[in-house]
Amino acid sequence: MHPAFSVVFFTTATGAGYGLLALLGALGGLGFIPADFWLGFVGMALALGLIVTGLLSSTGHLGRPERAWRAFSQWRSSWLSREGVASVATFIPAALFGIGWVLLGKSGGWVAVAGLLVAAGAVTTVCTTGMIYASLKPIAQWHSRYTLPAYLIFAAMTGSVLANALLQSFSLGSSAILALALLATLGGWVWKLATWRYNDRLEIPTNANTATGLAGGTVRSIEWPHTEENYLLKEMGFRIARKHSAKLRRITQALAFVVPIVLLILVFMAPWPLAAMASALVAVSQFAGMLVERWLFFAEAKHTVTLYYGRE
Amino acid sequence: MSKAAPRGANSAPSQRPLSDTHAPNEGDGVETSPSVSDRIAKTTCYMCACRCGIDVHIKDGKVRYINGNKDHPVNRGVICGKGSAGIMQHYSPARLKKPLLRTGPRGSGEFREIEWDEALTIATERLSAIRRTDPKKLAFFTGRDQSQSLTGWWASKFGTPNFAAHGGFCSVNMAAGGLYTIGGSFWEFGEPDWDNTRYFMLFGVAEDHDSNPIKIGLGKLKARGAKVVSINPCRTGYNAIADDWIGIRPGSDGLFVLALVHELLKAGRVDLDYLLRYTNAPVLVVQEPGSADDGLFVRDSDGNSLAWDRVAKQPVSAAAPEAKPALTGSHEVGGRRCVPVFQLIADRYLDDSYSPDAVAQRCGVSADTIRRIAAELAHVAFEQAIELPIPWTDWAGRRHETIKGRPVSMHAMRGISAHSNGFHTCRAIHLLQVLLGTVDVPGGFRFKPPYPRCAPPGPKPCGKNAQPMTPLDGMPLGFVCGPDDLLVDEAGRPVRIDKAYSWEAPLAAHGLMHTVIRNAWAGDPYPIDTLFMYMSNMAWNSSMNTAETIAMLTDKDEAGAYKIPFIIYSDAYYSETVPFADLVLPDTTYLERHDCISLLDRPISHADGAADAIRHPVVQPDRDVRPFQSVLIELGARLGLPGFVEEDGSATYRDYADHIVNHQRTPGIGPLAGWRGKDGGSIGKGDVNPDQLQRYIDNGGFWHHEFADGQRYYKMGNRAYLDFAVEIGFIAKAEPIVFQLYSEPIQRFRLAARGHGKMQPPDADRGRIEAYMDPLPFWYAPFEDDTVDLEKYPLHALTQRPMHMYHSWGSQNAWLRQITSQNRLFVHRQTASKLGLADDDWVWIESVNGRVKGQIKLIDGVNPDTVWTWNAIGKRHGSWGLKDNAAESNRGFLLNHIIGDQTSADANGKRYSNSDPVTGQAAWFDVRVRITKCSADEAGFTEPQFERFARPPHFESSPDILRFGAEFRVNREAAE
Amino acid sequence: MTCLPAQTDKKLGLVIDLDTCVGCQACVTACKEWNTGGHMAPLTDIDPYGGHADGVWFNRVHAYEHTTERGGRTVNFPRSCLHCEQPACVTVCPTGASYKRASDGIVLVDESKCIGCKLCSWACPYGAREFDADVGVMKKCTLCVDRIYNDNLAEEDRVPACVAACPTSARHFGDLGDPTSAISQLVEERGGVALMPELGYKPTNRYLPPRAHSEGAAKVDAPALEPIKAEGGFLGWIDRMLSN
Ligand SMILES: Nc1nc2c(c(=O)[nH]1)N[C@H]1C(S)=C(S)[C@@H](COP(=O)(O)OP(=O)(O)OC[C@H]3O[C@@H](n4cnc5c(=O)[nH]c(N)nc54)[C@H](O)[C@@H]3O)O[C@H]1N2
Ligand SMILES: Nc1nc2c(c(=O)[nH]1)N[C@H]1C(S)=C(S)[C@@H](COP(=O)(O)OP(=O)(O)OC[C@H]3O[C@@H](n4cnc5c(=O)[nH]c(N)nc54)[C@H](O)[C@@H]3O)O[C@H]1N2
Ligand code: SF4
Ligand code: SF4
Ligand code: SF4
Ligand code: SF4
Ligand code: SF4
Ligand SMILES: [Mo]
Repeated sequence: MHPAFSVVFFTTATGAGYGLLALLGALGGLGFIPADFWLGFVGMALALGLIVTGLLSSTGHLGRPERAWRAFSQWRSSWLSREGVASVATFIPAALFGIGWVLLGKSGGWVAVAGLLVAAGAVTTVCTTGMIYASLKPIAQWHSRYTLPAYLIFAAMTGSVLANALLQSFSLGSSAILALALLATLGGWVWKLATWRYNDRLEIPTNANTATGLAGGTVRSIEWPHTEENYLLKEMGFRIARKHSAKLRRITQALAFVVPIVLLILVFMAPWPLAAMASALVAVSQFAGMLVERWLFFAEAKHTVTLYYGRE
Repeated sequence: MSKAAPRGANSAPSQRPLSDTHAPNEGDGVETSPSVSDRIAKTTCYMCACRCGIDVHIKDGKVRYINGNKDHPVNRGVICGKGSAGIMQHYSPARLKKPLLRTGPRGSGEFREIEWDEALTIATERLSAIRRTDPKKLAFFTGRDQSQSLTGWWASKFGTPNFAAHGGFCSVNMAAGGLYTIGGSFWEFGEPDWDNTRYFMLFGVAEDHDSNPIKIGLGKLKARGAKVVSINPCRTGYNAIADDWIGIRPGSDGLFVLALVHELLKAGRVDLDYLLRYTNAPVLVVQEPGSADDGLFVRDSDGNSLAWDRVAKQPVSAAAPEAKPALTGSHEVGGRRCVPVFQLIADRYLDDSYSPDAVAQRCGVSADTIRRIAAELAHVAFEQAIELPIPWTDWAGRRHETIKGRPVSMHAMRGISAHSNGFHTCRAIHLLQVLLGTVDVPGGFRFKPPYPRCAPPGPKPCGKNAQPMTPLDGMPLGFVCGPDDLLVDEAGRPVRIDKAYSWEAPLAAHGLMHTVIRNAWAGDPYPIDTLFMYMSNMAWNSSMNTAETIAMLTDKDEAGAYKIPFIIYSDAYYSETVPFADLVLPDTTYLERHDCISLLDRPISHADGAADAIRHPVVQPDRDVRPFQSVLIELGARLGLPGFVEEDGSATYRDYADHIVNHQRTPGIGPLAGWRGKDGGSIGKGDVNPDQLQRYIDNGGFWHHEFADGQRYYKMGNRAYLDFAVEIGFIAKAEPIVFQLYSEPIQRFRLAARGHGKMQPPDADRGRIEAYMDPLPFWYAPFEDDTVDLEKYPLHALTQRPMHMYHSWGSQNAWLRQITSQNRLFVHRQTASKLGLADDDWVWIESVNGRVKGQIKLIDGVNPDTVWTWNAIGKRHGSWGLKDNAAESNRGFLLNHIIGDQTSADANGKRYSNSDPVTGQAAWFDVRVRITKCSADEAGFTEPQFERFARPPHFESSPDILRFGAEFRVNREAAE
Repeated sequence: MTCLPAQTDKKLGLVIDLDTCVGCQACVTACKEWNTGGHMAPLTDIDPYGGHADGVWFNRVHAYEHTTERGGRTVNFPRSCLHCEQPACVTVCPTGASYKRASDGIVLVDESKCIGCKLCSWACPYGAREFDADVGVMKKCTLCVDRIYNDNLAEEDRVPACVAACPTSARHFGDLGDPTSAISQLVEERGGVALMPELGYKPTNRYLPPRAHSEGAAKVDAPALEPIKAEGGFLGWIDRMLSN
């Protein structure tokens, strides 16, 4: 699949945004994070900012963005529509929560209810995003039991890393959050490795034989229907060399998991402001790593339509 | 099923409309009944030379949609990939807009626009000077147009013998091979009996002139489960769907076919009755080596050829119906030893050199396969013979209650013809067909009227003594029956610029267009003044050795004058040849003009009926262009050519439409056969009918006469058919047409080579005439096989026509070029691996004639010693309205660069044109090559490259985006 | 509405005979020219005369080589929308632009609702969706919905453009939901197959496999030819034949 930057950025940013939003909602609402105006303001701005720029970036992928509103209508069948609905619906408790927690400096009570709703909305939205990909049968690498958990884990991971950075920069570092970030990152790493392992061994029943209905033996493409690349090939015929993808996998692991893990362990021991700077660095590194991961998520995904073009 | 009666080709129950075609009540707002067109104009397609009937739907003044005409005898409602893309041809950005006069150097593409009057004045002055002095200094050559009956007539009236159309580089081997043998031919003059055949052999065809008819026919065979055998080095297209694909080595079909003949003879599986009735198998041939009549037929004093009556034990006229001729033995007649033709056939082909084992390796086909095919042929021909319950009467008046047939049919085209041994290979295939008794029988190969004709047909080529201001005494092209008919001077030198009908190409029935540029440049046999060409891209894909051809077009003498002094060219588009013209006459598109698809030319008849057709303007030109034929008629009038002017000097014809209706070739016979006579009541012959064109238009653009059942088969000897053919003017006499398995005209040339007769070949040509003018078909290796180092050039290189492209002119088509804008060289997987080549590699393709660069694609379905590519995809920068980065000129390549236009020098140092020695047919497919991987910095782009042509004035740059059709929707929705 | 109809009254679709298709591209350009002025007009061509030409086409013909232990065959393979019974291209659509008609099973895009999110093209395993980058919406084969019911066409012409054009008669059209229809019987007789059945889209269109690989290939069971053994060989035989 063609890794369009708008989509790569969209899933990375909203994943992190909803992860952070969920943590702020749940932990802030229940009072585990103090209701500090600036902390709350920056935190909510960061979370919503990521979400909004992500969503806006995704509309950059649309052919007719001015009609984007229509996407809310098909929630009964379409995960994309559900994502739209869930993402927008989450803004309602998010607004209430923001008023209560950030402006009024409250936690507990209705603010807690709003916060938990925010968290639920965020999780739901991330689930719907994951399901968009997980439900696509023509792309075996996505249509797997690894995809949905990956979205949730990565949201939790990037969200908690951001939450940690946020708290650290306000010198409010919590070892629970820190531990959560560390564990989630470890979890993310394990999950990513497991996913890659799964995908690398994937035996896909769909092949050039089933695609053409020509049973048995080999089916080789000798001529395309058109000389130049068309939409299908540009959108779905993306190929990445094995060598290239191995390198990018190493970069992903370094930036998204190794650097964050090492730094997070250091944060446990480092004093402020070093801990804050390290935490910020973790967030930046991981975000960059996740962009690469997401890019690979697309680049390594093979759509069945490529079978028709002899691109395995 | 549908209430609609099944009509046209695609009318199987599973291809008809729904039983209820009322739109269901879906409620989704879809307009299921939009209006399609304001009017439908029925005319004839010209996206290729197949000439299908089309319905052009015009909406809001533009062409909305083109589909096949269901009533049309050629395509019966279907349409091919090109035909449906006609819109994009008609609106092509490469269309010429106005007459052009060259301003820059030849080949630069620098022109200025001029008015038509100036253009015609320039042409008239030039041509009139030629006509007054030496008319053969005009060489008038036309491409795949369909107006040769007009253009040939014009040349004849002008008085130049130097006229031909494209047939010489196309398929004259097939035309001549057939016409000299069976009086008809594959090409467009015959077709398999698609409805009855059970075994179909297809030799060397990728697409053919009969584009849709062959496809419709193959569909029928498939639907019936008839067996399709393809003999072709390449397994694509038609050959892909064959039940049996025989990936023969190029140039060896003659051997393969004669091995089949060997097997059939050996097993006694030939149709003796058929041979006796319809062929010259029993005719006695003089066997007196050294004498002047050796190898000629024994004739009586009336000139009738004789046979040996095996009952009366004496010679009889071979045509006598009651005779009982012998097919074998040696006899004596009038003191001359003689044997029947058939004895010669048996003697030759029963020889072990024609056995499957002897030929297998050379053909790349196992001996077992050859034996199997022979057995299958015999089995289907003789054990599955069919009989149609249709009474008929043969030429001798014998009535038959049924029509018997042998359901084996064959078709062959350029894979046979485009080799230097193609004429004899084509004859070998006809021999095989005739031995099996399958020509013009149910289930076999059938003639399309006006064929069959006498083998060879009537008129001889004219123009031996062209004189100033004098028309020729006939048409420039025709059929020679011996050395006396050649167009050579006393010294044996060619009279024609293309050397057709000379000792170098005696049976050149279609001329040799591919030699004109070289000969004119070299002044061999003489220099010319003006080269006048129409509709052929001679500076590119229809020339061999293209780079050198281009150089000849631009070469100058010491005085700085072009060696070919003046070039006039008519094209409709900005092709690679336009920039080489000094004067360009821009033509209309096929939807903007009248055309005539005439029985006098290359007809659209089919085996069950005669047909002809017209084109008429269905839209008006939006540019200052004129139909070429009308321009030619005006030129004729301005030159005062007889037949083009009245006594008072006024023009006889207003334009081509006027000519089509009013011209009479001989009294009562004109370009169109339908609705003749004042009231339109007669066919074939009859007075001029002023309403004729309208009658055609009213009938969908064509005329069609279906034969009565008893006229459809055995046309060579069918009384009812022959009488009809005379009545309508196809043939002069209702005499049976005898298949010439042994060709006496050809033997006459051989006798000349042996020193007999007053017409003697120059010594340099004597050996060639002796070797190749063999009265019976034989096989020899294609010339290049014998002259190049096969270790060095081990591979054969072929081209095939893509079904969706017509030669060079498809690439300007926005739709068609998307399908193929780069041609690959297809290489067998094993061959590539031996050469260390991988898929997508860039390679040099080298022959003795040069090298060209392209990208390879590996396949399995090709003879391992053969590489091939799609024809005419490579384009020159600046042509066809294509942008500079178009794949056609950057990655596509033209194989023609490496196909030599001459043979290597022989022992006398003489080089001939790279053609069949009998007919002059261009030997495109003889070329031998090697392929080697390019270096890394050479990969990615094709070579050779040529300077980019300038754009003619007022050419806008081609659009970056095409939204064709959007306007119909907007208008439709606005109207709702 | 992108929920699928529980069932459709008809299952209209195409059947393509791979034994007969010669790859002539007639169906391809006939489809293009009909549709570029039809329901989804235009079928935009970007850079039509340049080096990166990329147009919208509803039907495209591939060529493959199929090699089994029984030998090889070149197969031309037209590919267009299969009007699936369980088309995820429809259910993923967030806007309701994509839908499957309950009446005849045709899968269509309502351009006026399409936001060009392209998800349906990701969801179609067969590559049957064509994005018109100029208009910004998804387009696709309409099964010629504006022909097959079109009162402005002669009744006999109310078939898809590609079926009418196909010179070899390799394309068939009809109701595949009706087991008695001619097209269903053809599928039955020739063992028509569905593409990628394992994905569960239940395509309506079927492909008839090439016969050269199967028992159905045309064969001639001819005994081997025997040379004439009798006296005088072939020429002697002729004499005897003629004296009969
Ligand atoms: N390598 C290789 N070369 C080959 C062949 C091959 O098999 N292999 N085949 C050979 C054969 S058989 C042939 S017939 C030739 C064909 O080759 P050409 O005779 O060159 O045919 P086209 O390329 O179709 O070019 C015809 C010209 O006619 C112009 N034209 C098109 N429509 C019109 C019109 O309406 N009016 C006018 N005035 N002009 C028009 C086109 O623009 C073009 O310039 O190629 C030969 N060349
Ligand atoms: N679509 C389309 N149709 C056309 C044309 C076009 O350009 N495009 N051109 C028209 C013209 S002018 C012509 S002349 C006809 C020609 O139509 P075809 O006769 O079909 O000509 P080619 O495409 O040259 O195909 C020649 C075939 O012969 C095979 N072949 C080559 N050498 C040998 C051999 O030694 N033995 C055997 N058995 N096979 C061999 C090649 O593999 C190829 O398949 O088509 C006409 N129709
Ligand atoms: S075969 Fe030739 S004439 Fe017939 S529709 Fe196709 S392009 Fe036109
Ligand atoms: S083929 Fe593709 S576009 Fe057509 S219905 Fe099936 S899934 Fe949808
Ligand atoms: S591109 Fe259009 S039709 Fe396709 S899923 Fe998106 S909105 Fe629906
Ligand atoms: S049914 Fe119509 S839209 Fe679909 S492929 Fe055929 S011609 Fe094109
Ligand atoms: S029109 Fe028919 S033969 Fe030609 S490519 Fe299409 S399906 Fe195949
Ligand atoms: Mo030709």
